Amino acid sequence: MKRIVETFLKLRRQNEGGLIAYITAGDPDPAYTAKIAHVLVKGGADIVELGIPFSDPIADGPVIQAATARSLKAGTTVRKVFRMSEEIRKENNVPLVVLSYFNLIYRMGIKNFFDLAKASGIDGVVVPDLPIEEADEYKKIAEAYEIDTIFLAAPSTSIERLRNIIEYTSGFLYLVSVFGVTGIREKIHDSTIKLIRMAHQVTCGSVPLAVGFGISQPEHVKTVLQNGADAVIVGSGFVKIIEANQDRNRMLEALYVYARQLKTATVKK
Amino acid sequence: MRLQKYPVCGKYGKYGGQFVPETLMTAIKELELAYLQAKEDPEFQRQLNYCLKDYAGRPTPLYFAENLTKTLGGAKVYLKREDLAHGGAHKINNTLGQALLAKRMGKRRVIAETGAGQHGVATAMACAALGLRSEIYMGADDMKRQRLNVFRMKMLGADVHCVDSGSRTLKDAINEALRDWVANVQDTYYLIGSAVGPHPYPMMVRDFQSVIGNEIRSQFYEKEGRLPDALVACVGGGSNAIGTFYPFLDDAEVELYGVEAGGEELSSGKHAASICGGVEGVFHGMLTYIIQDEEGQILNTHSISAGLDYPGVGPEHSFLKSLGRSQFVAVTDKEAVDSFLKLSRSEGIVPALEPSHALAFAMKLAETLRKDKAIVITLSGRGDKDVEVVAKYLGESI
Repeated sequence: MKRIVETFLKLRRQNEGGLIAYITAGDPDPAYTAKIAHVLVKGGADIVELGIPFSDPIADGPVIQAATARSLKAGTTVRKVFRMSEEIRKENNVPLVVLSYFNLIYRMGIKNFFDLAKASGIDGVVVPDLPIEEADEYKKIAEAYEIDTIFLAAPSTSIERLRNIIEYTSGFLYLVSVFGVTGIREKIHDSTIKLIRMAHQVTCGSVPLAVGFGISQPEHVKTVLQNGADAVIVGSGFVKIIEANQDRNRMLEALYVYARQLKTATVKK
Repeated sequence: MRLQKYPVCGKYGKYGGQFVPETLMTAIKELELAYLQAKEDPEFQRQLNYCLKDYAGRPTPLYFAENLTKTLGGAKVYLKREDLAHGGAHKINNTLGQALLAKRMGKRRVIAETGAGQHGVATAMACAALGLRSEIYMGADDMKRQRLNVFRMKMLGADVHCVDSGSRTLKDAINEALRDWVANVQDTYYLIGSAVGPHPYPMMVRDFQSVIGNEIRSQFYEKEGRLPDALVACVGGGSNAIGTFYPFLDDAEVELYGVEAGGEELSSGKHAASICGGVEGVFHGMLTYIIQDEEGQILNTHSISAGLDYPGVGPEHSFLKSLGRSQFVAVTDKEAVDSFLKLSRSEGIVPALEPSHALAFAMKLAETLRKDKAIVITLSGRGDKDVEVVAKYLGESI
């Protein structure tokens, strides 16, 4: 069975929410990504999401933009990200998702991209600038490789559109919690709760719901899970720790502690 | 199928499309619907024509450049004088159209990107005239180079946001405008300045700029009693070029030439010629020719003309290229400056550096054609803004 589906089934059995930890691959440098992934998993991450750095990340806020710049400066390429995921895979059976802007995939050739993704143990792909209207060929190829295609829904997505998106998404559905780019926000908005409820109504549990953008506190995690989400995606919170700690050992320790705090909040009472 | 029928389902052949974050999908579909309704509404067309005529000063003249024609000794050279439109460039044709649409859609806040500042100024003008609030994103490096236009925008009531990310130029200003739009899509209208971005922008901007080609058609007919033999326009994003070409797309006897910014030389890598020197990719919501590396990372571009300094190109141009309907060529900084000076001296018209690229190629073309042939060059803007840049290029202090 596919790793992502298996993970969500396990979480459901244990009555837990999932923690999906995002980092930009190759930040602060390519040699550290596997180490970071391991401490995130040790801290409780149920799925690790690796962002492939792109020169023009239009869906990202300042924190991830800066991570992208650091990673590109350190020489990260698409192929190197796949090598990082192979390295993670050697020691770990955690589901691995990559996030890539579409041009990187298009340039390499969609088929080549999935070929390499499969070989390096990738379980799912998120493409923030590929709406379902443009995704037919991509979806077909991904299916042939048995890699999950994770699509996004936003507060502006209508219920009719959401029904179509459900047809395209697999693994989980990525709910964009707010109008805006990635980044830390103070509180959970009403629109987030509304979106989770609408998605619930449409999916009836057929596909797990993961909420991302702006989630950074254990309290946020509790709120979205209580309102029906199956998992949270935390990105900028982790990336900020990487940015703030020049001392790499201290960085790994801080990532572990933060992942632990978030994971603890996913255990439903 | 007639070329004027495109786009079909938002695409020009395989080019174009809507590669944007999900958050924007509902907004661009609403925009398409609102635009198609406005297009069919005689009242909207009446308002637009009124603004173009009494506010922007249209129609602009089609001028026979007699001195230049004599010097070249070949085909007759005509200039479509967009430099005489309000604001000094063709940009106002599009900003008036889109600002009217924003108003019709009930959006009170307009955002736009600008490179050299021409589109920012044209947006600020249209918004001031129509009572809308405008906020303009501009790269930090461009703000330094174009201080005068920054002040003009402020004078016209616009807020100018400095973009400090990436290469701090036009592409980053678009990135930041897109991020703003994602966050504020419910009450904000994004007024793109060229025939680029996700559908329906390339179509909409083309339609608003087609006033250029439509006027050329009737003015040229009045003077020569036929269609021109060739049309030449510069291509950055490509809005003045597609506006020039579109009304002639299905007249196969009219040759179309798009002139890109060759910078220092195509081979040097320091250029902004997306079609001549780029490869297909997906950027800023569209599938088109992009200047990028083997990985698909977008590269920084170079051109002496800030208005052509963009790593992508409108998808309809990529389509015309694939069909062989338009020819695309690149002209260097040096050639552009030479023709900037040549037109200034021969006709007393100081062109902007952008159409100076078109001029440079058109002069070469005219020389090869018989005297009974005629070509039209779209002079997309006036060169006052470029005087400092040209002086610097020539090593003269002013």
